[in-house]
Amino acid sequence: MSTATTTRESATTAAPRRHQPLRPQRVVLHAFLAAVALGWLFPVLWAVLTSLRSYQYTAENGYVSLGGWTLDNYVTAWRTAEFGKHFLNSAYITVPAVLLTLFLASCVAFVIARFSWKTNLVLLGLFTAANLLPQQALLIPLFRLFTQVPLPEFMSDSELLYDSYWGLILVNVAFQCGFCVFVLSNYMKALPRDLYEAAMVDGASIWRQYWQVTMPLCRPALAALATLEVTWIYNEFFWATVLMRTGDKFPVTSSLNNLRGEFFTDNNLVSAGSVLVAIPTLVIFFLLQRQFVRGLTLGASKG
Amino acid sequence: MSDRPLIQADRAVPPPAATTTATGGRSPRLRLLSRTDRVVVTLMVLVPLLLVVGLVWLPALATVALSGTDWDGIGPVSEIEWVGGRNYADVIQIYPPFVPAVQNNLLWLAALFVVATPFGMFLAVLLDKELRGTRFYQTALYLPVVLSLALIGFVWQLLYSRDQGLVNALLGTSVDWYGDPDVNIWAVLVAAGWRHVGYVMLLYLAGLKGVDPSLREAAQVDGASETSTFFRVVFPVMRPINIIVLVVTVIESLRAFDLVWVINKGRNGLELLSALVTQNVVGEASRIGFGSALATIMLVVSLVFITIYLATVMREDRR
Repeated sequence: MSTATTTRESATTAAPRRHQPLRPQRVVLHAFLAAVALGWLFPVLWAVLTSLRSYQYTAENGYVSLGGWTLDNYVTAWRTAEFGKHFLNSAYITVPAVLLTLFLASCVAFVIARFSWKTNLVLLGLFTAANLLPQQALLIPLFRLFTQVPLPEFMSDSELLYDSYWGLILVNVAFQCGFCVFVLSNYMKALPRDLYEAAMVDGASIWRQYWQVTMPLCRPALAALATLEVTWIYNEFFWATVLMRTGDKFPVTSSLNNLRGEFFTDNNLVSAGSVLVAIPTLVIFFLLQRQFVRGLTLGASKG
Repeated sequence: MSDRPLIQADRAVPPPAATTTATGGRSPRLRLLSRTDRVVVTLMVLVPLLLVVGLVWLPALATVALSGTDWDGIGPVSEIEWVGGRNYADVIQIYPPFVPAVQNNLLWLAALFVVATPFGMFLAVLLDKELRGTRFYQTALYLPVVLSLALIGFVWQLLYSRDQGLVNALLGTSVDWYGDPDVNIWAVLVAAGWRHVGYVMLLYLAGLKGVDPSLREAAQVDGASETSTFFRVVFPVMRPINIIVLVVTVIESLRAFDLVWVINKGRNGLELLSALVTQNVVGEASRIGFGSALATIMLVVSLVFITIYLATVMREDRR
């Protein structure tokens, strides 16, 4: 945190010096960057463009043409692939998983930052490494475990952890905790220690120190992590694909695979479906871009 | 935004007299805590720890253990027989997709490491120059980072499709870019690289902002060119970021899965270790011991790089 502050100061003082008058070199640079940026946006723009055109028109005139504008693909895609239901499923998984991840991770991070026990380093390592393991390598035992653990019927109609939202939420939390523990513990370590000493003089319990002293100060980090985790868990594909069976219960990202079968020869419908799936993450991206970028870079450069 | 908590913290700091009465010093030991506090601290660590150990670390150990058995996944656990290294021998000798999968994983790593990563770094260096319109360029470049790899598979299908794709329409060819086993891995790598460049650019941009500007100035005063300043001064200073990017690239190449799974479940030219493991568990044939041997290979490779990663970030931490 302190490093981020100093960086910002140096960046602002350096800025005027680095602004230079327009030279040919600059023009080339701008042309290059603009070309790369447009090239990078192109696949997404192409998907949007394709989704807005009727299949008949593009079948007759080819895709390198203009015309046949329509919104019908969205209506058809929404109805056939039952997007409403799948978006709700994604929400049932993402919202509790993100809240639980942030809560559990902040608890561990608080203990790691608040006390200087020798076990803290081991704890931090256990959590951070868990986030980086290849999920597929854990599939076999987890798959067996989930098909053995019973759940009461009111929690899941599968009556198992397998094919239930609960199972998916738990596995997402277990995997994402590591990253959040890592980022939050670094953030909390940068808070002044006097805070806790003062809190102890006031007779504040550990829980109050955590909830009323540390957590309010961590709001910027929590906001950045929440943005990132919503995107990641919404985008999660593997666990939902292998730990769910009932097609109706799939979250949006994994239900994409069924879309292929249903839309199969109609690329315009596929693109409308893809745009619909991308919308939540794109909204987050444009509204909360700063949080998103901060979250990613906090993890890499310990803010 | 990052300096706000410090300001609030200053206000919360008590008069100096109060700090001297704090008994614990910098690290109050456990016995200085009340009984309730001790229970609370234990729970705060234990609940998340149980979840991570139970759903990540124990399954990882179980995978290693199962890789030495002949379990078919159905019979009772008591009948499991120990077969030693036979599964590993089978994987290498009589499992045709294994060699292509390893090749593809290595190719994935090479493409990301040799092409996508340097290009991302190069763009970060250009964008660090505080140009006008840098926001637009940055946004365009890391937009793919927010899309899932499964979705990216679909978005690129619109370009790659044999009959309806743009690439064939423009080139006048009729290549099935996702289906033809000779070219599909390259088509997929373009899509994967498209996303990776944005991610690397973001990490290096943050890294470059953290480099002390006086270092650059000193090099320029000494008459070093911009290029040699970067390679001799800036790049070495960013060592922690370099290692993190390296590890992220290796782990991403090893975990690559979503993209090939949505295309054809990792067959026909798109074999990857992760897809083979999944095929052996949820596919028609459930060969637990065999799949576990494949999974263990992935685990071992990833743990090597995770260790490097942890060593790097924790050393940074102590500074």
